Amino acid sequence: MSNIFSEAWDWLGEPNRWSWSDPAGIPYRTVEHLSFSALSLVIAAALTVPTALWLAHYRRGAFLASSLVNIGRAIPSFGLIILFWFLASRWELNTDFWPLLIALVALALPPLFTNTYAGVISVDADAVDAARGTGYTEAQIMFRMELPLALPVILAGARVAFLQLVATVAIGAIVNDGGGLGRYIVDGFAQGRAGYGEILAGGLAVIVLALLCEGAFSLITRFAVPKGLNLENAKQPQTL
Amino acid sequence: MRAIVLADSDRPLFEWRWVERNADNILQRLGEHLALTATALAAGLVVSIALAVLSLRWRWFYPVALAGAGALYVIPSLGAFALLVPFFGLSFTTAVIPLATYTLLILLRNIVTGIQQVPADVREAAVGMGFTRARLLVSVELPLALPVVIAGLRVAAVTTIGLVTVTSMLGMGGLGFFIRQGIQTTTPNPTAIIVGIVLSIALAVVVDFLLWLSERLLAPWARKKVRA
Repeated sequence: MSNIFSEAWDWLGEPNRWSWSDPAGIPYRTVEHLSFSALSLVIAAALTVPTALWLAHYRRGAFLASSLVNIGRAIPSFGLIILFWFLASRWELNTDFWPLLIALVALALPPLFTNTYAGVISVDADAVDAARGTGYTEAQIMFRMELPLALPVILAGARVAFLQLVATVAIGAIVNDGGGLGRYIVDGFAQGRAGYGEILAGGLAVIVLALLCEGAFSLITRFAVPKGLNLENAKQPQTL
Repeated sequence: MRAIVLADSDRPLFEWRWVERNADNILQRLGEHLALTATALAAGLVVSIALAVLSLRWRWFYPVALAGAGALYVIPSLGAFALLVPFFGLSFTTAVIPLATYTLLILLRNIVTGIQQVPADVREAAVGMGFTRARLLVSVELPLALPVVIAGLRVAAVTTIGLVTVTSMLGMGGLGFFIRQGIQTTTPNPTAIIVGIVLSIALAVVVDFLLWLSERLLAPWARKKVRA
């Protein structure tokens, strides 16, 4: 048992393990992991937030908002990655980038959409009417009132989505040259018993990264929410 | 482990022939998938009930348990498997532990919320009739909390069924076996991938429906006001 820990320790001390530029390096893989997750989150947010804002403002698509998150939960991310990898290889696209990216964006859509929708819906209707009465256009209501007021709920959705992304990038290592820190785990699995040190160290690295991201997100949520909006009072719909 | 073979472009996306030929195997993998899901949910439920009982007895314990379950929930599945493999090998145990821990957050929260929603006068009536603390929990509080508990169980079940596919990386079988098999054979087999994904989603939908149905049958008084 104890030699597993020493194997993991030795693995951490291997040459280039702390390199920012060598693919063996933990910092290199961390950057890769985070940039993949962040890029997918940004794309997914660009697709969903305006759509959900518009739909919720005009009270359309309520069924979509309520069912999307359940559908999203039922779709196995692992299957999605492999399916897209297969399609990309069939169409002779770059199999290292597109399949994982598209699968990740698809995974991040449901929590972002549902939370944006729920956040906008929960904005006080009287306040919206008051704004309309003072001459706000519909676009101004959406972007100056509903969006900022819904921000805590949207960020809660982004947090759920991002954690899912961080977890899924790791799984992506199975078809992908990258795969961030998941690379070590998948490579370790391929070596059987000899890979246990690498598996353990890689697993710890992924877990630490996820916990740090969670911490960072709670800080962002605290600072990015408009003054006067108390997070405690913000209605948090079911985000799990 | 990385498949390097490029897809054979002649192979159609879906072949019924393959499904027919592999019917037995599909049933077996479906069974494995269900066994993993059921074990994880049962273990998660037992632990959550224990944590909920402690949370209701000592108020300070609830935020602690919730924070612990929240931290476990944040752990990426592959990371959790990686942490356990060196100790439990590529085994059922390694697969079940993370799956069970992911259910704790939602189950604990829903059990405690459900029990807290039991009207105080109902509880007092039971105590007045001489119910012990344990009997109060088992025959009054838990049944009345059932709709909320089942709502949590539905979310947990659907999430777990999706996650079980990942355990195929541990050689655990289940429907993820087909998803992996699809890219491991010399010519990638899209039918296997699609069968794995579609059956996993179908299983989630069916289990979700059955749980919904059981809630209707077990708690017919609560038709109107159920929310997770």
